[in-house]
Amino acid sequence: MKKNFSLIGKNIIRQDGLEKVTGQAKFADDYTFANQLTAVMVRVPVAHATINAIDYAAIENDPALTAIVDATDIPGAKKIGAIRQDQPIFAYDKICTHGDVVAMLVGESHDALLALRDKIKIDYTELPVLSDRTKALDKDAPIIHEQYENNEIVHYPLRKGDVETGFKNSDHIIEQTYTTPLIEHGYIEPEAVTAILREGNKGVQIIGSIQNPHTTQNVVAAVLGWPLAKVRIQQAELGGSFGGKDDTMNVLSARAAVAALKTGRPVKIRYNREDSILESYKRHPYTMHYKVGFNNDGKLQAMKIDIIADGGAYSSMSPFVTWRTVVQATGPYEVENVWTDVRAVYTNNPYTGAFRGFGSPQPIFAQESLMDEIAVRLNMTPDEIRRINGFKAGSVTASNQVLKDHDVNLLTVMDTAIEKSAFRKKWRANRQNNLAKEKSFTIDEENLFLNKDDFVDPQNVIKRGIGLAVSFRGSSLGAEGIDAAAAYLSVQKDGSAYLLCGLAENGQGLRTTYSIITAEVLGMDIENIFYLEQDTGLIADSGPTVASRSTIMGGGAVKDAADKIRKRLEDILKPEWKLTDSDELVFKNNKVQNPKNKSQEMRFGDLCKLANSKGVSLSVIGWNKGPDVGWEEETGQGDAYFTYVYGCQLAEVAVNTVTGEVAVERIIAVHDPGTVINKMGAEGQVYGGVTQGAGFGLWEEISTHEGMPRELNLDEYLVPTSKDIGEIIPIFVEGKDKYGPWGAKSLGEPTLELTAAAIANAISNATGKRFFNLPLNLEELLLNRKLHKEDLQRGSL
Amino acid sequence: MPKITFNLNNKDITITTAYNRRLLDVLREELGLTGTKEGCAIGECGACTVLLNDQAVNSCLLLIGQVEGQNVLTIEGLSTKGELHPVQKKFLKHGAVQCGFCTPGMILSAHALLHKNPSPKEEEVKEAITGNLCRCTGYKQIIDAVMDVTKG
Ligand code: FES
Ligand code: FES
Repeated sequence: MKKNFSLIGKNIIRQDGLEKVTGQAKFADDYTFANQLTAVMVRVPVAHATINAIDYAAIENDPALTAIVDATDIPGAKKIGAIRQDQPIFAYDKICTHGDVVAMLVGESHDALLALRDKIKIDYTELPVLSDRTKALDKDAPIIHEQYENNEIVHYPLRKGDVETGFKNSDHIIEQTYTTPLIEHGYIEPEAVTAILREGNKGVQIIGSIQNPHTTQNVVAAVLGWPLAKVRIQQAELGGSFGGKDDTMNVLSARAAVAALKTGRPVKIRYNREDSILESYKRHPYTMHYKVGFNNDGKLQAMKIDIIADGGAYSSMSPFVTWRTVVQATGPYEVENVWTDVRAVYTNNPYTGAFRGFGSPQPIFAQESLMDEIAVRLNMTPDEIRRINGFKAGSVTASNQVLKDHDVNLLTVMDTAIEKSAFRKKWRANRQNNLAKEKSFTIDEENLFLNKDDFVDPQNVIKRGIGLAVSFRGSSLGAEGIDAAAAYLSVQKDGSAYLLCGLAENGQGLRTTYSIITAEVLGMDIENIFYLEQDTGLIADSGPTVASRSTIMGGGAVKDAADKIRKRLEDILKPEWKLTDSDELVFKNNKVQNPKNKSQEMRFGDLCKLANSKGVSLSVIGWNKGPDVGWEEETGQGDAYFTYVYGCQLAEVAVNTVTGEVAVERIIAVHDPGTVINKMGAEGQVYGGVTQGAGFGLWEEISTHEGMPRELNLDEYLVPTSKDIGEIIPIFVEGKDKYGPWGAKSLGEPTLELTAAAIANAISNATGKRFFNLPLNLEELLLNRKLHKEDLQRGSL
Repeated sequence: MPKITFNLNNKDITITTAYNRRLLDVLREELGLTGTKEGCAIGECGACTVLLNDQAVNSCLLLIGQVEGQNVLTIEGLSTKGELHPVQKKFLKHGAVQCGFCTPGMILSAHALLHKNPSPKEEEVKEAITGNLCRCTGYKQIIDAVMDVTKG
């Protein structure tokens, strides 16, 4: 039964919309402080080297220079990292990747500092560069971080049943290897941050394009050797993040803070696009080897999976990203016998970390390609094979978790998608079409004139394909970390309110979602909710804004806060109206009413005034802690996440068999995110996520030469434009769940993780060929390999 | 340093600065108009879009000397007397804004299109904003918003 909501699931205008459409919203680079200095990074043009000496003599006395800041200026931790502290704020002993910064020049004029930069003499000894992730664990591989015995960052095994017996009992076995490339987040706003020393002993204030203010606070405090509360981090309006403004921003904030401390003046660091792409972390490239055994009836018997993820130079979030991979590597399928090894390794490539999807888009591409191959082998349709093996209520995952306490809607989302598109009919017809024998072309020595039917008929150049992909995804952090969130709600005596949650607005629209939740519980005008600035001084650490956890975790905290206020208001009103505790009141349309006696009614603002006059506090902290989850490291068994969401995306493509170009004509995206709270926001997540997913599938790739990225700006790195993708149809199946506000769960990442896999399957349906290496760009389709320049020269040089 | 006079957001202004500064920098640093953004500095992202004599241009590729005597409109000059411009209103109505970083440029490109073609087809809207990258929205709600303006 659906609750009768006033605001939930309706179209509500964004909380922060007005300032964004008028250009008033203040992003990090829009802040200027009196007396502020700017900074320029000093790098070494190699991916791997030991630093012998840095000679600043040529610039030291230059009037354009206020200060040189390097590792010797750091009072506290010189290296940072969530699990392993392997990433230097300023590199001092060695260079591990091209993005490394050895020093920062600080002064008033950016241009003048750039000119000085070239005069610094850095004496370094080059070391062999490790750029191939599959060679990182070889005996003779160069070791990136000497403090560890080899280049393994992390290794997650998962052992279930007995794979050898499983393969023995299989009628068929397929083995394939898949790869995915480095992917840039491509937020349109490059990084910027300013550090300002505060008066007396108040410490430092930092304002920047920061995704996770509390993480930044932890890093800056460690680097300065200060107590946490002496470091105040404020998030400026954030111009996109997608997981990307975490570690990089922590490092930049720390550099700015050290420089502010040294100079006594505000220091702003602003990156241009080249700096951003060079130094910021990216999505992990994966090499994935899958072996699957299955029977004639389609039932999967065993899966053996070996995955190597390129962590690049620093461990960053690799231990978390690859953990999600090990949990979800077999896909949403029942497999009794599983043997999975997921490893993240160091190389000298750009380091990799969190990126929307977080270790899922890569294995989904592999496992969903494989499921289609199985279907073709058994002469089934893709939906049939998934129906046989897909999760249902009570299914057991690879980590031996029983799926219960929520609607296991995997097959429901798939059926919704295929009904919407006449999937089977089209899939079979396209397949028939690509099986039709290609006319072979032979040269007739006698007659060298071409016949009319020797020419390619433009009509036959375009082949259509349809494909789908499905997934299950653990909501929030799971056994990765502490899962709790806080919200602050302070209702004023006139009924207006301040609201803030410890999870941060990255553009996804959580201010709006939280305002909807608050207004729904209290029946107040949503326009009367004023969302506060994200500031570590105002709200408790709620963990990072990642893992599609804003709605389920932060939303739960906001609802808790609103529920507490509502209870206090009811406790005041019920005695006044001579009602008992069990009597219900209705909070709606800015009024509170007794539904049994409609003359008993009070304006919401008047009730707040009454509470104030009675000395009742209407300021509360809401708290939401996730249920316990567990994980056995040795065997990869346990209840990994407390609940899951399900999705199916279906792609229809047109492939030009002469150019290799793929046009995405239509994507149907069916998701079960639980209850949809913010409808326009949810749809926006789908449109945006699908478009990013299509980019991952077809165009985007950072290639490297000896560890150096070739694509350093948006002319060569291809972010999808308005003309690159056809229709996207979002459909929500709102399954029930006991967790999350009214059963609202997660959506942001599921929208991205499926698209590339669905497109790849559609391309196979069109061409009859299978492709194993993303992106499926022109050369991959026509030549089955990637064309990269030998070196780093740009096309025009 | 030379004096440069041009019309900015419907007002004539004169500033003293070097001819070879980018219009983008003059707007942001000199005139405090930070609604115009920098995303790439090479004419690829459109975050720096302004209107020059009603045409959408990349202010990262224009020098201040080139706008002498011309009309420049930035996002700050779009709404008049506190009333939002129809394009701005429709962006709000359709949820065409997420992080908002591309939004000023996107709105100005849409506005430039509607100025010369008050009832564009969907393909023409896509074409008009193809130089404005948005990483958040997938463009759909933006296109819907612009199409809706034409319906009044
Ligand atoms: S900053 Fe001008 S087009 Fe990107
Ligand atoms: S709304 Fe974020 S880039 Fe467009």
